Amino acid sequence: MPKRVAIIGSGQTDHTSRRADVNIPELIKEAVDRALVDAELTIDDIDAVVIGNMEHFEGINLSDMWASEGSGAVMKPAMKIATGGTTGASVAACAYYHCASGLFDRVLAIGWEKLSESDTTTGIITAFDPIVERLTLAGAVGGLAIEANLYMTSYGITQEQVAKAAVMARKNAQRNPHAHLKLDLTVEQVLNSPMIAYPIHYLDMCPTSDGACAVIFASEDVARKSANPPAWVKAAVCRHNHPYIGDVDWRKSTLESAAIEAYRLAGITHPRRELDVIELYDPASFALLSWIESLHICGPGEGGKMIDTGAITMEGDIPVNPSGGVISTNPIGATALIRVAEAALQIQGKAGARQVEGVRTALATGFGGSYWSEVFILGRAS
Amino acid sequence: MRREKEKDYLYITLHTELPYRYSAGRYMSRFLTTLRDEARILASRCTHCGTVLVPPRVVCGNCFAEMEEFVEVGPRGTLKTFSVINFPFIDPFTGVQRPVPYGYAIVQLDGCDNGLPHFLDEIDVHKLRIGLRVEAVFKPQDEREGAMTDILHFRVIGD
Repeated sequence: MPKRVAIIGSGQTDHTSRRADVNIPELIKEAVDRALVDAELTIDDIDAVVIGNMEHFEGINLSDMWASEGSGAVMKPAMKIATGGTTGASVAACAYYHCASGLFDRVLAIGWEKLSESDTTTGIITAFDPIVERLTLAGAVGGLAIEANLYMTSYGITQEQVAKAAVMARKNAQRNPHAHLKLDLTVEQVLNSPMIAYPIHYLDMCPTSDGACAVIFASEDVARKSANPPAWVKAAVCRHNHPYIGDVDWRKSTLESAAIEAYRLAGITHPRRELDVIELYDPASFALLSWIESLHICGPGEGGKMIDTGAITMEGDIPVNPSGGVISTNPIGATALIRVAEAALQIQGKAGARQVEGVRTALATGFGGSYWSEVFILGRAS
Repeated sequence: MRREKEKDYLYITLHTELPYRYSAGRYMSRFLTTLRDEARILASRCTHCGTVLVPPRVVCGNCFAEMEEFVEVGPRGTLKTFSVINFPFIDPFTGVQRPVPYGYAIVQLDGCDNGLPHFLDEIDVHKLRIGLRVEAVFKPQDEREGAMTDILHFRVIGD
């Protein structure tokens, strides 16, 4: 049986397009310091470090070695995780496994990226099969565009509905001091922005950011004595996929499969009623509508209605991405860990101006690779 | 903490030339040489569940069973989904910007259960629709070299 595990602290940098003032370990140290302060711990209290990013974005193969002073890993057990967009969620899962195993009491999970240091689309293309797929793939933008087209065509979701989700996310980001894009947009501005890959407009897509996030996981006994209210891990589920983009069957999504298993583990039977907030990995705005369908928050094709009625806004019954989400902030290796950190802050009641009232259960997701997924469920009650 | 001005910080630019040589392996080599020599598209069929996948591969991801049979698929198929790519980025194949705009298709080839990504010769989204019939256009035989580019693109042939 796994031990009970909770998140007891987190820290993020103030994410932005380019941090020329810090190198990689300096950037990481900022997030680690903030997490330690938040949890009222010192680096000596940390038993192990799990760190992740995607090597091809900075061209550094042993990023965990480079980062070891900033991450606090010197003379501690440490390992690196890299699973694409899901990296941050995989780092969180790995830190959870460490504590759940009973071998470690306090594990520091770190995700980071400095996307200003190279061309992100080029880096993403190199993650894919060199013989068949790199020829035509246009990074995440192209890969998401074909999914968006299929989704919107299948259910008659309009560009206006998708643009509304983009406007909502950037509005939410204005309440988040860590967010990169805090834009005050109109639907018309989104629709009039360049069509970068049909049906995705420039303002529908996530930015590329420099940033880091650190989250401290603790075993039950330690978590109960923590300075912060613990955010208990109720489920951490990962689903990988077939290798080629052409193999992907979007009707059998990894996100849906992971969510079904996570709900089973957490004892959730009516997700829309039982979840109080969702931090969704939304690399493009259509995902805010499509992927909540995969999470069974609404039925297939009902994502458009969820934005039209305001159900997923801060005022709605199931707010999605109070933080502003990925389309407001995207340091890729940190991005999915930020989802977990933000979900934990909501449980802890520490989300400041972006706090949803009375959160007892929160869900966070990660997206990456060939459309694969991770789902976390956090709860206030152990 | 006081932030210095941007100009106070240095960037060090490196261009790393690191050529790779990827082994295509048994299945992909046969796929590519059949494209080159016969202008035919091969897929593999799972002996366990019957799924037909392109490009051919040794293992069926659903069954973890060996795919022992090669079958010919296409060259016609259906547009499973598409986009028109219209933003600049560096192509890791060439080291320079990939020419845009270009049509990007996932084609469900006739006789195949999954899709094949390739170029589309049409970039007007008003003339494109999921479900359209498309056909592979091959390079002339003397120009084919055993690569995905032996298929120039897919062209729309109608409803």
